[in-house]
Amino acid sequence: MTDISVGLDPRAPLLHVDDLHVEFRTRDGVAKAVNGASFYLQPGETLAILGESGCGKSVTAQAVMGILDSPPGHVTGGQVLYRGVDLLKLAEKDRRQFRANRIAMIFQDALSALNPVYTVGFQLAELFRKHRGMSRSAAKLKAIELLDQVRIPAAKDRINDYPHQFSGGMRQRVMIAMALALDPEVLIADEPTTALDVTVQAQIMGLLAELQRQRNMGLLLITHDMGVVADVADRISVMYAGKIVEEAPVHDIYARPAHPYTKALLESIPRLDHKGRELNVIRGLPPSLTDIPKGCAFHPRCGYAREICRMDQEPPAYQIAAHRIARCHFIREVLGV
Amino acid sequence: MSDVSDLVLDARGLVKHFPITQGIVFRSKVGAVRAVDGVDLQLRRGETLGIVGESGCGKSTLAKLLVGLERPTSGEIMVRGDDMVRLSGPALRRARRNIQMVMQDPYTSLNPRMTVGDIIGEPYVIHPDAVPRSGRERATQELLDLVGLNPDHINRYPHQFSGGQRQRIGIARALALRPEIIVCDEPVSALDVSIQAQVINLLERLQRELGLSYIFIAHDLSVVRHISDRVSVMYLGKIVETGYHKAIYEQPTHPYTQALLSAVPVPDPRLRGHRDHIVLEGDVPSPANPPSGCRFRTRCWKAQPYCADHEPLLQIRQRAPHPSACHYAEVRDVLHRY
Ligand SMILES: Nc1ncnc2c1ncn2[C@@H]1O[C@H](COP(=O)(O)OP(=O)(O)OP(=O)(O)O)[C@@H](O)[C@H]1O
Ligand SMILES: Nc1ncnc2c1ncn2[C@@H]1O[C@H](COP(=O)(O)OP(=O)(O)OP(=O)(O)O)[C@@H](O)[C@H]1O
Ligand code: SF4
Ligand code: SF4
Ligand SMILES: [Mg+2]
Ligand SMILES: [Mg+2]
Repeated sequence: MTDISVGLDPRAPLLHVDDLHVEFRTRDGVAKAVNGASFYLQPGETLAILGESGCGKSVTAQAVMGILDSPPGHVTGGQVLYRGVDLLKLAEKDRRQFRANRIAMIFQDALSALNPVYTVGFQLAELFRKHRGMSRSAAKLKAIELLDQVRIPAAKDRINDYPHQFSGGMRQRVMIAMALALDPEVLIADEPTTALDVTVQAQIMGLLAELQRQRNMGLLLITHDMGVVADVADRISVMYAGKIVEEAPVHDIYARPAHPYTKALLESIPRLDHKGRELNVIRGLPPSLTDIPKGCAFHPRCGYAREICRMDQEPPAYQIAAHRIARCHFIREVLGV
Repeated sequence: MSDVSDLVLDARGLVKHFPITQGIVFRSKVGAVRAVDGVDLQLRRGETLGIVGESGCGKSTLAKLLVGLERPTSGEIMVRGDDMVRLSGPALRRARRNIQMVMQDPYTSLNPRMTVGDIIGEPYVIHPDAVPRSGRERATQELLDLVGLNPDHINRYPHQFSGGQRQRIGIARALALRPEIIVCDEPVSALDVSIQAQVINLLERLQRELGLSYIFIAHDLSVVRHISDRVSVMYLGKIVETGYHKAIYEQPTHPYTQALLSAVPVPDPRLRGHRDHIVLEGDVPSPANPPSGCRFRTRCWKAQPYCADHEPLLQIRQRAPHPSACHYAEVRDVLHRY
C-alpha cells in the first residue's frame, strides 16, 4: 500500500475539491473549462455533478483522477484534497499508486476503457497480480468472484471472452468490476449509463447503488440526466461554464431550486402536467469557454438578470442553509421568499 | 379523428429481413436479421404517433421503410391511395415527396461541405418541379425563417451552427417539399435538455401551423409522452402494444411496456423507493434468431410454457382495453400518477 497514507487526516472530508481551475491552451485560444469548482464527498454518499454538454464535468473528473490530457490541459489553481492531502502536490509516482488503490473511475464508453486484445479475465486478474502481488491462480479466482458480484451470468465460463463478445450492458459491468477490484474509497462514474437502454441503465444503477452500500464508497456521479439524479443522488452540484452554481441536498433542489439555471433546467424537461403545453426553454446557448461572459456567466440566458449581473464581479457563493449554496444575486427572488 | 379519410399513412404487414451471408466469392445466405417482422401502422392527419423500444428493436429500419430508404421484404405502405412499395420511377418520386425524415444526429447528417442554403434546397434539385428555379432561394429563406433561423445565414456552413440549430436545419430540409408526414428518428436525442425543449416546441408549432403528421421515434419515454397522441411499443421487430398515450402510460398491459416504464428514471426524488421497479434480466436476444412463440418470453417474468409455442397477436383482450400482444395482458399502473 501507499506510504502517503501516513499524512491522511481521518477527520477531513473523504474528497474535497477546492476552487479548481483548469484551462486548455489551444491554437484557438485559452478555453477555461473549469473555473473555480468546489465540492466535497463523504464515505457512503452519492454526489451528482449535473450539467449540460461542455460545462466541464469530465474535465473536473480527469483533474481529480490526474488523467488530464496535458498539454493542452493545465490545472491552473485549486486543490484536490483526499482526507486533507492535496493530490495535486504529490509526485507522479505516489499519485499513480494512490489512484490505483483509492480512487477509481468508470467511463461512458466501456469499450474504450477495456483492452480489446486481452480477455476480460486476464485484465481483471492482472490488477490483482500487479497491485496485490497475487499468484496467477488466486488472481483468477478473485476475477471470477468479482465478475459474479457485478452479475455476469456464468462468470466462470465467460472469463476467457474478449470485451467485444460482451453486450454493452455487460461491458459496463466488466468496467465496474475493474474499477472496484482494488476496493477504492471513491468511485467516479462519468455518465456510466448514457449510452445504454433504460432497462439496462436501471440494472447498472441498481448494481452501483448496491455495491456502494456494501463498501461504503463515496460515489461521484457525473450526468446530465435529471431523472437518474433524482433516483440515486444524496446531494447535487449543478455546473455551468466550469463553475458549481448551486449545491444542495437532492430533495431541496427539486422542490425549490435557488439558482435560475437550475430552475430553468428543471422546467425544461417534459413532465406529465405539461402535456399539451409548450415546454419552457432556456433561450440561447451555453457560452464558449474561450469567451465566458463577465459577471455572472449565465446572464445572457437568464430571465432574472439585471445590471449588476453583467458587472465584472461575479456573484459570490451564498450560503442558504446548512448544505445549500447558490451563486446568484437574486436567490430570494428565485426562491420566492 | 377516427374517420378513415383522415388516414394519411396506412402500412400493413411490413417486414424487413437483412440477409446474413457467408463466403466471399460464392455468397450464400445463411440466415436473416429480422429487423422488422410484421408491423401494421396507421397515421392520421395532424397526429403524432410515438414509437419506443430498446436499441436494436427495429425502429430506424421501420422509419427507413416508411420514407422509402429501404425496400420492404414484404408488406404495403399506402399513402394517398397508392402503395409506395409497388410504385417506381416518377410516380414513386412524387409519392416520396409527401413523407420526409429528420435524422438523429445533427452532427453527421448534414454534409459539412454544403452551405445551409444548398442543404435545405437539395430536395428542389431532386424534385425540380416542386419549386421553379427562380423561386428556390426565396423558398429556402422562408424555410429558415419558419424554423427560427436567420434567413441571412443561408450561405453559412453546418459547423457554424450549434447542435440545436443544426437540427433545425434538418427540419427545414424535411419541410422543403411540403410533406404531409414527417418521420423523426430520435430528433432530440443528441441535444442538451435546454436545447431539446426548443426543438420539441418547434416541432409542435409546425404541426399546428402546417397540419403535419409525425412519426416520432425516441428512446426517451418522457419526451415521447409529451409529444405523442398515440404510442406504439416495439420489441424485436414487432409492435407489442399500441394505444392512446394515456392508455400506454397509465394503463400498460404488456409486461415489456410495464418493465420499460418502470425503468424510466423520474425526475422527482420524492418517488424514490415508492416506485414499482421491474428489473428485466438479461439482454435483448438477437433478431437473427428470435425466441419461438412470444419473443419477449426469455425476459418475461410472467412467461408460461404456453408462451413458447403460441405467438400472441396484437389485439384487444379481456383485460387489455387496447391492443396488446400478450396472452396474459393485464393493466398494471407502474408510474403511479407521475
Ligand atoms: N483534450 C482537450 N483539448 C481541448 N479542449 C478540451 C479537451 N478536453 C475538453 N476540452 C474542452 O473543455 C470543455 C469541457 O469539456 P468536458 O469534457 O469537461 O465537458 P462535459 O461537461 O463533460 O460535457 P459532456 O456532457 O458533453 O461530456 C469543453 O469545451 C471541451 O471542448
Ligand atoms: N443494413 C443492415 N444490414 C444488416 N442488419 C441491419 C441493417 N440495418 C439494421 N440492421 C439490424 O437490424 C436490427 C434493427 O436495427 P435498427 O437500427 O432498426 O434498430 P433501432 O431500434 O433503430 O435501434 P437504436 O435504438 O439503437 O437506433 C439490428 O439488429 C441491426 O443490427
Ligand atoms: S446572478 Fe443574475 S444573471 Fe446570474 S443567475 Fe442570478 S439573476 Fe441570473
Ligand atoms: S405472452 Fe407470455 S412471455 Fe409473452 S409477454 Fe405475455 S406472458 Fe410474457
Ligand atoms: Mg463529459
Ligand atoms: Mg435507431
